[in-house]
Amino acid sequence: MAPSRAPDFTRHTYDVVVIGAGGAGLRAAIAAREQGMRTAVISKSLFGKAHTVMAEGGAAAALGNANPADEWRVHFRDTVRGGKFLNDPRMAELHAREAPERILELEYWGALFDRTADGRISQRNFGGHEYPRLAHVGDRTGLEMIRTLQQRIVALQQADAAELGDPDARLRVFPETAITELLVHEGAVTGAFGYRREDGGFVVFEAPAVVLATGGIGKMFRTTSNSWEYTGDGHALALRAGASLINMEFVQFHPTGMVWPPSVRGILVTESVRGDGGVLRNADGKRFMFDYVPDVFRAQYAETEAEADGWYDDPAHHRRPPELLPRDEVARAINSEVKAGRGSPHGGVFLDVSTRLPAEEIRRRLPSMHHQFKELADVDITAEAMEVGPTCHYVMGGVRVDAETAATDVPGLFAAGEVAGGMHGSNRLGGNSLSDLLVFGRRAGLGAAEYTAGTGGRRIPYEAVEPKAREAAEHALASLKQGTGENPYTLHSDLQDTMNDLVGIIRRGPELTEALERLSRLEERSTGLSAPGDRVYNPGWHLAMSLPNMLVVSRAIAAAALEREESRGGHTRNDFPEMSARWRRLNLEVRVDGPGGVTVGRRPVPDIPPELLALFDPDELAKYLTKEELPETAADADEEERA
Amino acid sequence: MTPPEGAPPARARIRIPERTLRTDRWWLGPLFTTLGLATFVVYATLRVFQQDHYWVQEHHYLTPFYSPCLAAQCAPDAALLGRLPVEFPPLVPYALLSLPFLLLFRLTCYYYRKAYYRSIWQAPTACAVREPHRSYTGETRPLMLPQNGHRYFFYVAFVITLINTWDMFVPFLHGTNGGFGVGLGNVIMLLNVLMLWGYTLSCHSCRHIMGGRLRAFGRHPVRYRLWTGVSRLNDRHMHFGWASIATLIATDAYIALVSSGVITDPRFFN
Amino acid sequence: MSERVFRVWRGADEGDLTEYRVEVNEGEVVLDVLHRLQATQTPDLAVRWNCKAGKCGSCSVEINGVPRLSCMTRMSVFAEDEVVTVTPMRTFPVIRDLVCDVSFNYDKAREIPSFTPDPATSPGDFRMAQVDVERSQEFRKCIECFLCNNVCHVIRDHEENKEHFSGPRFLMRVAELEMHPEDTADRRAIAQDEFGLGYCNITKCCTEVCPEGIRITDNALIPMKERVADRKYDPLVWLGSKIGVRPKDTPIVPNVRHPRE
Repeated sequence: MAPSRAPDFTRHTYDVVVIGAGGAGLRAAIAAREQGMRTAVISKSLFGKAHTVMAEGGAAAALGNANPADEWRVHFRDTVRGGKFLNDPRMAELHAREAPERILELEYWGALFDRTADGRISQRNFGGHEYPRLAHVGDRTGLEMIRTLQQRIVALQQADAAELGDPDARLRVFPETAITELLVHEGAVTGAFGYRREDGGFVVFEAPAVVLATGGIGKMFRTTSNSWEYTGDGHALALRAGASLINMEFVQFHPTGMVWPPSVRGILVTESVRGDGGVLRNADGKRFMFDYVPDVFRAQYAETEAEADGWYDDPAHHRRPPELLPRDEVARAINSEVKAGRGSPHGGVFLDVSTRLPAEEIRRRLPSMHHQFKELADVDITAEAMEVGPTCHYVMGGVRVDAETAATDVPGLFAAGEVAGGMHGSNRLGGNSLSDLLVFGRRAGLGAAEYTAGTGGRRIPYEAVEPKAREAAEHALASLKQGTGENPYTLHSDLQDTMNDLVGIIRRGPELTEALERLSRLEERSTGLSAPGDRVYNPGWHLAMSLPNMLVVSRAIAAAALEREESRGGHTRNDFPEMSARWRRLNLEVRVDGPGGVTVGRRPVPDIPPELLALFDPDELAKYLTKEELPETAADADEEERA
Repeated sequence: MTPPEGAPPARARIRIPERTLRTDRWWLGPLFTTLGLATFVVYATLRVFQQDHYWVQEHHYLTPFYSPCLAAQCAPDAALLGRLPVEFPPLVPYALLSLPFLLLFRLTCYYYRKAYYRSIWQAPTACAVREPHRSYTGETRPLMLPQNGHRYFFYVAFVITLINTWDMFVPFLHGTNGGFGVGLGNVIMLLNVLMLWGYTLSCHSCRHIMGGRLRAFGRHPVRYRLWTGVSRLNDRHMHFGWASIATLIATDAYIALVSSGVITDPRFFN
Repeated sequence: MSERVFRVWRGADEGDLTEYRVEVNEGEVVLDVLHRLQATQTPDLAVRWNCKAGKCGSCSVEINGVPRLSCMTRMSVFAEDEVVTVTPMRTFPVIRDLVCDVSFNYDKAREIPSFTPDPATSPGDFRMAQVDVERSQEFRKCIECFLCNNVCHVIRDHEENKEHFSGPRFLMRVAELEMHPEDTADRRAIAQDEFGLGYCNITKCCTEVCPEGIRITDNALIPMKERVADRKYDPLVWLGSKIGVRPKDTPIVPNVRHPRE
């Protein structure tokens, strides 16, 4: 097929279309297919390359294999505590309840997790988790998960091949295909429009139900652990389709990214390094994390090095080392040390495991880290300390969804995984992402299947959506037709600088205002993007098409960050350094308002049911909740304390 | 149903006339392999056909190329398994029973297969270097099926290595004045036998037999330990392969030189 | 910082090597340089990549003739004045520039009978020792960069063998399943007859290029050849089959070899 510039559409009709082929997308597709739905999975990359492969530490699930005292309620409590009580409580509950089942299901599909001595799935410690809880495979758990789901999809395709003669009959993967627009008719989703990377041909998917599983937004930041795919496509698609995003101000900066050499700046150093004994030191050789334990966590964390070191072998009688505080705390602490001039030569701090474990043990427990530092930085982590610093890692915010079905505000549109918001509150615990993908990926697949079944086969005629598809095609071709104009790589680079400098870990009101102004100028420039070349695998053109997504999502983040006048989890305001119980009750909800513009609304956070609230110590609750919200006894205790 | 898509574009590989774009000296490895294998084959052939200088009566040194010695002409003490009642004509190896199997053991060995497929057969000469053959069927044709019998040659080689071990022990009991003694020859033979065992036990078939064939080790702790041990040796299979060739040549040459009186065996003890 | 000369394949099958002069900084890898070419000289240079950390296996190319991940090839391995030549993988059809059509691999993956647990079990029943899962875990480190299939001369130099040879990646997948402690299928016969294990002449190029350091030949292919010998070429087993203890072969998945019309 000779590439041409005329809009040539390939049309596909499915029952359920899943956008994104990471953990959540694949799990959703499996669920939908198992309900008998003809399902399409659309992947921006090749099948099995999604960003999920980058997840290292593990998947949190209260299996109770390592410590029988662990159960879903404890996991729930840890999750809410880590999210600073801003989590959607129903999501956190479903996640904690269903994660073990999802992990065992993976094992039944062929995943090979590391084992305990009695042959069950081994679990490891991680920041913010009270018990060892992360099912893992060395430090490549994400790869194991994506491969298992990929192979499960192949197994389902093989079953279809045997039964129907065509492996793609009921479940088909569209690799290297990107969606640029959702097709909406009378307020409901009717499909999606996109292009094939390999030949630039346009594709229209018609389906009553669409699941967004597109992951995150990290590519708006200069220093990030995310791959090129993380351009906030799903966030932007949902916004433009009429859905709302919540919690967009909460962006997680992973405390430990590589800082040297420059070309790998941002690449993740797994939290398992700390879970397995690694400690953080500043340039003076001091284990500085002891100075950064916030009041709300004081009771659970060790105060001396001796106590902290005792915990690795005897967690029952020692408090946790402060290196294992939730990620937001550690990231801020590293940021402060570097700002105070106590950083490492390349602007990070030292993460040392070499003096803590024998070399052989390090190679066994942290093989990919050993490999990564050896290959990319020429550092042998069994002999010297790593230099690390915060890196943009995850967005807690995302499409607002119903906990049970993952349905968004737009009929027919579902969202799961990183693109969905609410589950993690203001800060995500390590290990909760992989289990989130499985639990809500499945729920989204089931939700979408149920929705499609509910439509009773009624379809919107293609003629009704065609104009929108034509419009999307014209829009997509604009940058190719522009003779001279803005270089998309330059614009992207300017956007990354804006977000990194003005909407980073520590935020200030005036800077956020400036960021919004700069974003307006970038938006103007984005209308004149020019991508030379033709439509066959043209990365400049692909980038030009994803920049509008990045810009609108950046605006959503900056606007929400300006609105929330407190510091909590992944949102730290220098001008409002305290956590506010009043703000705890509010989610910020972003919607689009005209081209490029967004509005920020407020929406009450659902209450934690009393029986789950009872899991927390009244003293702890008093630190988060307003007086009216506290259960009777807690309110009394608070009263007494003040008196 | 799904509307038909445009016909899939006819795509082809890139066309680059060069055999390879590698800039390193990729031909060095196969060259050395060829030279090494050729040296061994030429040396071994000459020595095996020589029918002489294989035995040092004083210390009972017997070269592995003649063990077990079967011909009627063999020195009586060199014939561990006794002598056949026929004189072997010229060009027939005295160790008629063992040599063919040892040859086949090494010919079907997974390491040597790699070595000669690359260096002699040139399929491929080196990685990412175009091979000079129009077609390729690998080990699928009947002529190549004996490669799958490696394990049987391993069994035989195991027995022959036991015999070589015996041959190595005997000279310790034949010191210059009778009784226990140690000379340079003993040391060389000991080293050779160690390398032969290293090569034989590190064999991939041996690894499979010891435990590799099991689907799960959980209920076979002993076989798991055997497999682990063999696996460790197996890492060095190539090194044992070359080292044993070197010690075989060294042992044989040494015994030939002592036997023909060119040198005398330095004794460390008796 | 220094200026280096890069020769990069541009175009489809009839393309050519185009020369660029480009800046290189300390600590960079080849992929960084390709990205700089995109950002400053030729925005439409097609490069496939994702994680840039050696974990996804997308950026496979050939650098100075050697199959490698471009994100894991440090510029410091080349001499200052060395010309760096980058081409797409040679075994697969090229789409454009450095990007290949690797669908061959996905088609081969579908032919292998999937993990088959005992139907009498259910999720949560498995008890496996660490030593039992370790063998297959090594193979599951595979990031599917397909460099092994690319370098394998069986298909690299003989297009006609593609039909009957799955390549090291997928023969290793067969080995992985055969060594899975809870799998009940028997893929030994089809490993030989359908996936072309017999074509493998164990010349180890797959192991040499594996960016994950998986010992494909020694730990997957040769053990698989031994298992096939058990099943097909061992006279004792043949005798066994005559007296009735015949192993039950799992057949190749139907309708997957030529699914597309």
